[in-house]
Order: sequence, then structure tokens, then C-alpha cells
Amino acid sequence: MAVIRDVMAAFELFQPTSVASAQKLLEQHGPDAWVLAGGLDSFDWLKDRIKKPKAVVDLSGIDELRGVRLSGNNGSDGIEIGAMTTLTEVVNHPIVRQKYDLLVQAAELVASPQIRNQGTIGGNVSQDTRCWYYRSGWPCYRAGGNICYADTPEGRNREHAILQADRCVAVNPSDSAPALIALDAKFVIRTRKGERVVDAEDYFVGPDIDITRLHILQSGDLLTAIRIPSTWASAQFYFEKIRDRNVWDFPLMNVASAMVTSGQNSSDTIDRIRISVNGAAARPLRLKAVEDAVRGKPRDAATGEMAGKQAVQGAVPLQFNAYKIPLMRNLVKRAIVGRPAGVEEATWAS
Amino acid sequence: MGLLEWATSPWGKLVPIHIAWFLIWVAVIAGFLFFIVHVTYLRYFAKPKEFAGSISPAVAAQIPDRVPRHSLAARLFHWIMAASMFTLLFTAFLPKVGVQFNWVTYHWIAGTVLTASVIFHIIHASFFMDFWAIWPDRIDLRDAWRRMLRAAGKPEPPPDRFAKYPLENKLYHGAIIAAGLSAILTGVFMMSRVHTVFFPRNPYLFSDLTWGMMYVLHGLSGIGLIALIMVHVYFGLRPEKRPITKSMIFGWMSRDFYLKEHDPKRWVVETSSPSSSSPSTSKGLEGRGLTDAG
Repeated sequence: MAVIRDVMAAFELFQPTSVASAQKLLEQHGPDAWVLAGGLDSFDWLKDRIKKPKAVVDLSGIDELRGVRLSGNNGSDGIEIGAMTTLTEVVNHPIVRQKYDLLVQAAELVASPQIRNQGTIGGNVSQDTRCWYYRSGWPCYRAGGNICYADTPEGRNREHAILQADRCVAVNPSDSAPALIALDAKFVIRTRKGERVVDAEDYFVGPDIDITRLHILQSGDLLTAIRIPSTWASAQFYFEKIRDRNVWDFPLMNVASAMVTSGQNSSDTIDRIRISVNGAAARPLRLKAVEDAVRGKPRDAATGEMAGKQAVQGAVPLQFNAYKIPLMRNLVKRAIVGRPAGVEEATWAS
Repeated sequence: MGLLEWATSPWGKLVPIHIAWFLIWVAVIAGFLFFIVHVTYLRYFAKPKEFAGSISPAVAAQIPDRVPRHSLAARLFHWIMAASMFTLLFTAFLPKVGVQFNWVTYHWIAGTVLTASVIFHIIHASFFMDFWAIWPDRIDLRDAWRRMLRAAGKPEPPPDRFAKYPLENKLYHGAIIAAGLSAILTGVFMMSRVHTVFFPRNPYLFSDLTWGMMYVLHGLSGIGLIALIMVHVYFGLRPEKRPITKSMIFGWMSRDFYLKEHDPKRWVVETSSPSSSSPSTSKGLEGRGLTDAG
């Protein structure tokens, strides 16, 4: 199929200056409206003429969607990040760096500095999948069709899902999403019925529930902010992103953990932990079973090994992505014990 | 607004991918319109039922109080089919109207149950029941014509009493066969596109165009079934049809209803003795193909 990459199809551009007017526009135009945040995902779609919205609502002029706000005394109760806050602003914010370094680690690994200057936290968690069959405009399940081109014997599915696939095998590409899940963040959504606050992990949906989108935003809805409670402030964090090109790339898989331990040495007891993996399924996965299994256990290689094995239970590889199973095992293990020298890791032979 | 959704295949061909989902609402509205039209007709225009001739007291005396109509096997089939059909319709169409849930697994499992029960029914009806009882015969067509003319005020003789099934039942059964078998046959092939326990997934079994037509036919059958099931439930709940509905639960209908609506010559109920009134007197009728076709 020839893809036209010269100019975008015409659309009506709206540049509201308040959330209320943006929401009104979104409701007015319904499914014909496209929400434009940083534009890094949007312009791919628009320039490739795969998506041809009639109306584009540009959120960049809405000041109330920008910035990091502190809750309580100097952020003692947590922070609220406006959805249009750029990733660079998130990374450079002193309180975020001091207390929620997990998000800093994740956001710093998103693409390149230029992209982080333009890309927003709301856009990063709401971006669409990178499955190239889908992004090439092929009529797959996610595009409203009746086939998955990636889940075939000949399909190029090296980057695709090993868990929770249901007809579609695309994965979520966000780096900040697993970090926000590990930090127990809440997403604030403006809907037609008012404000709705959901847990970070509930913001995302798999193809079993809705095969055409990666998140719960319906037509007319707007993600306005992300709240991070102080529950995990200054905990022990781990973030790791595996990608083909270390300069800048989407993740093949990433892992984020927030942990509180007790004890003085390297095999402290794990008191509290939240752990999340992305790139394994169509939604970032919070590994609750792993959290339950390691809580109260020593933070050592044996616990990490057990956690890694548990994390990949039920994984079903496609033709070309079996490597993701040992990768996920190792990432989960590292998210618990770090990368101390001498600890053996799972291997994969093609 | 098209009736079908189209897409461009990777090879640049325009292919149908499924029906337009607004047709779901068209089917639902059609079902409700049928209710309104039928209720209006009954309320303001319908004449009392009248049948030709009368049943002799000697024949009537041989009819038991409880006339066996549906065997246990037939009733079980009906209700299993009903449960699977409702599951199929809800799992298919609720997500399309905004109720999101994990529907695919439930859908293909219900489809498997429906397919198995329909295969059972075909064998059961073909070899163990009166196969032809559910198909329209010459008298049905003649009487349908007479009823239409009489409804229009023309002087026609009244129709005969019904055989085991009125013509409307038989036509409905035919429509269900068409819609149901279309949905089942296309559904079985479509199962090769998702992961099931039955066979390896093979999305390339047919060309894009053939697959598209299959999805379209499946969708059309599905929305047809929405309207048909609505009409079926409506008639099942109507007061004058309750004896028939009850017979699908308990297996029998009353002697009075039988004598009022059915012709003992066209639907022969075998009895062991003229004075018998127990349902047990009809034991063994089914094996002789006299009681059940539905």
C-alpha cells in the first residue's frame, strides 16, 4: 500500500486555552476529534494519512494542564503532574528528582532530548502501539478489521506480546507508564459525567476488553493530570529499559519497581513492593502475584529468581519473540535484587 | 452510511470487513416495531379464530388431559440452544454498543455449545422424530391463503385446525435454520482466526475477500437472530401462546388447548385407552415419531 508522506490531510484545528473549552470541543466533535498533546505520536499518524480526523484539538495552549504541583507541605502528600507537562520538565523538577526518582529514570530514557522537550507525560502514557502492521494502515483488529498480521507464522513479531494477547498481539510502548504504576499513581480524567480518578494500572486496557485502544479514554474524555501519592516517596527504585538502539528507541521491554525493605545488609527483608513491566502485553502489567510472593522474603538472588519465574507464567511466545521470556525473567529479577556481580541470569538460545 | 464496513487490504484491494454496527440498532428497532404492529393488529383488527368443522366427541374422549408435545431431549435441546444463543448475542453485540468486557472466549465456547446442540438436534429430528412435522405442507399453504382472504373480509371457508405446529411456527423455524446455520458455519471457520482448543490458528485459510464476506454473513446472521429472538420471546410471553410455552417447559399441553387449536387427524396423539388421562399413557409415542418435531 502506498503511503503518502508529503502533507497531512486537511483538518480543522482548535487551540483551546482551558480544559473546559477543550472538553466541550471534544464532546462536540465526538469520534471525529483528535487530541494533540506533544504531537510526537499524532504527527506520525497524520502525516502518514493513516488517521484522518476532521478536527484536531491542540492542548498546548492550556496552562492549567502544565506543571508539577506539590500537595501538602512541600509535596509531603505527593505531587500532581499536569498531563501537558513535558518529560524534560518532569525530569528536571527538584521534588520529582528527590522523591520520585523512578519516574525520572523512566522519563530520561524516553527517546531523545529533543523529543523529551516536546513530548508530554500525558502523551507518553496515552500513545498508541508501535506495531508496524497497524501503523502502516493495514486493516488489522486494532484498526477495526478482522485479522492480526503479526500473529501469523510469517509475521514480524519480534517486538510483540508474550502475555495477555487476545487476537491482537501489539504491546504498549510507554516508558513512564510502568514507573507510574510502581509509584501507585492516579490518573485524573475529565469525562462527560465529571472528573474520574483511576489507578494507573486501570488506565490501560488489553485487547480482550477493547481491541482498538490501549487506554480507557473514550471519545470526549481528557486526561488532565497524574497524581503521585507520597506512599512510595524516596523508596528504593529500579528501572531498566531494553531496546535495540541505546541512543533512542522504543522499549522491547522495561521494568519498574518501588520497594521498601527492612534490615541493614544486602539481603534485607522486602516489606513493601510494587513492580510493573511494559512491552510484554498490550498494557503495562502490574505483577501483583510477584509482589505477593516476594513480600516478607529476603531481597536476594533466590527471591529474585523465584519472582522472575513467576512473572513469566502463562507467557506464550510468537514465532520471533521467545527471547522476551528470559528477558522478562531477568528484568523482574533485577528489579528486586539489582545487578550484583556473580548472580546468574536466564539465557535464551534461538 | 453504508451497510458494510470496507478496508483496503495490504495488497491494495478494497474488501468488506464486517457489517456496519448501526445495523444492530436497526434489528432491535425492527423487533420492537414488530411488537407494536402485532399488538395493534390484535387489539383493533384481528377477528376471533375460527376453524373448519368440529372434533367428534368420540375422538375428543380419547385425548388425554395432558397431551405430550415435547420430549425431554427436545426440551433440553431447546433450552441449551436458548442459553447459548443469548450468550452469543450478548457477547457479540454488547461490546459493539459500548459494554466492554472479555467476550471472545465466552463467545466461541457458547458457539461450540450451540453447534453441538444443533448437530444433536439434526440427528434427533431426522431419525427419532417426525421430521416433516415442522415443514409447511399443502394444507398449511391453503389455510394461510384462506386466513389472509378472510382477514381482508373475503368470503372464504375457515381454515382447518393446525397440525402439531402452526404455519407461523414452521416459517419461524425455517428462518432460524437459515440465520442459525449461516452463523454457525461462518463461526466455525472464524474460530480458526482465534486461539481455541480445537485447531491451530490459521488466518490465511481463505483470501481477504472470502474472509470479509464470511464476517459480513456472520454479522448479518447475528443481527437477523437479534430480531428473530426478540420476536420469539415476544410470542413466548403472549397470553394466548402460554400453553405452547409451558409445553416447552413441562413437555405437555392441556387437552382443552389441543382440541381448540389442533386437528387430531393432522397431529395424531396415540393413547393407550380411551378413558386414560395420565401422561404416562403416551409413553413410547416418541419412538414412533408421533409427538415431536420441534
